[in-house]
Amino acid sequence: MCLAIPGEIRTIADDELRTARVAFGAVMKDVCLAYVPEARVGDFVIVHAGFAISRLDRDAAARTLAYLAELDEDGA
Amino acid sequence: MRFVDEFRDALPVQRVAAAIRAATTRPWTLMEVCGGQTHAIVRFGIDQLLPSGLELLHGPGCPVCVTPVALIDRAIAIAAIEGVVLCSFGDMLRVPGSARDLLAAKAAGADVRVVYSPLDALRVAEREPEREVVFFAVGFETTAPATAMAVHEARRRGVRNFSLLVSHVLVPPALCAILDAPWHRVDGFLAAGHVCTVMGLDEYHPIAARYRVPIVVTGFEPLDLLEGIHRCVLQLESGRAEVENQYARSVHAAGNAAARAMLAEVFEVVPRDWRGIGPIPASGLRLRAPFAAHDAERRFAVGDVGGTEPAECLSGLVLQGRIKPPECPAFGTRCTPDTPLGATMVSSEGACAAYHRYRRSDPS
Repeated sequence: MCLAIPGEIRTIADDELRTARVAFGAVMKDVCLAYVPEARVGDFVIVHAGFAISRLDRDAAARTLAYLAELDEDGA
Repeated sequence: MRFVDEFRDALPVQRVAAAIRAATTRPWTLMEVCGGQTHAIVRFGIDQLLPSGLELLHGPGCPVCVTPVALIDRAIAIAAIEGVVLCSFGDMLRVPGSARDLLAAKAAGADVRVVYSPLDALRVAEREPEREVVFFAVGFETTAPATAMAVHEARRRGVRNFSLLVSHVLVPPALCAILDAPWHRVDGFLAAGHVCTVMGLDEYHPIAARYRVPIVVTGFEPLDLLEGIHRCVLQLESGRAEVENQYARSVHAAGNAAARAMLAEVFEVVPRDWRGIGPIPASGLRLRAPFAAHDAERRFAVGDVGGTEPAECLSGLVLQGRIKPPECPAFGTRCTPDTPLGATMVSSEGACAAYHRYRRSDPS
């Protein structure tokens, strides 16, 4: 249930629950986007029990990777 | 950016591991809260990159594992009622009740179905209006919004044959229960990134302050876990006890506003029993009065049934971080994924299942 991996939104239907087709690698699933009104086609989302709970922030991900790339191996 | 491979790159992993070793001057014990994190740690061998003396304890964050036996027995009893379809996540079917599991109930003729989402169970109810469809709703704050939406939709659409057997639980009260126990030896927490994606950070600041314990909200990939550990060690080494957010690409301080609003509308907070741990005040959810017609516990009076734990199973100690799975005498012998004594050996988030899958040849 909590082993969520990011999936990429391919299409979004025009229904009340904002049902989307989301690709997890080669596997496609129907996912409800009602909790991520800001999500668009091409965005990556974290999905639990058929519901997207967040749209992943590319800038924040890049900042995390940049922080780690500059991390000093002497522990600072 | 695919959000997976970038966070598994070997070179930065070695770099952060080295930074952790350099920063650690004393023994520290950290607990990762979520079972998904436990699986990633054991699978990728994150614990084996850490300096000796820096120990990871596996926390209670496996919702299937902490669902009380009495509730599983009740689900089995409800499933046995003529005309009922009992739906739940696949992990739930093989969790042992007092006498048998839901899979055995299904083999005996009960209509038990695996669903991927609570909305699938709602669809079953709409497709089969002559049946009573019960969704056995387990999960933490991550899964509760899905259940909430399903019952909200059922009420809105007038789907009367859909009800919930609710076993949702909340993470922060469990952290307090662990920190209140006299035997606890947790110096810092890696908090569950997806629980905080929904709920935000508000509930964690008072815990960090009251217990003087660093809490780093952490993701699920190797680099996330190592960065979470590194941030936690830096806090401990400098005497700080703060809430930090390592998983900023998913977690915002206020959480997911739409999901929190739906949770508040549908559920209220109640005390809950945790399997292997016992009762914890204000640690679970139940349906609010306007949704009472969809409450399976009201609709199906099955009375007090069962609730007997197998004496040999030490999953309660595993869930509290008091022992590691290989320390259980039954691990890998009388308790395996094929013949589990307890839920921690069944669930894809259970610590015993993680060790059995990834560490059987190296049970150290």
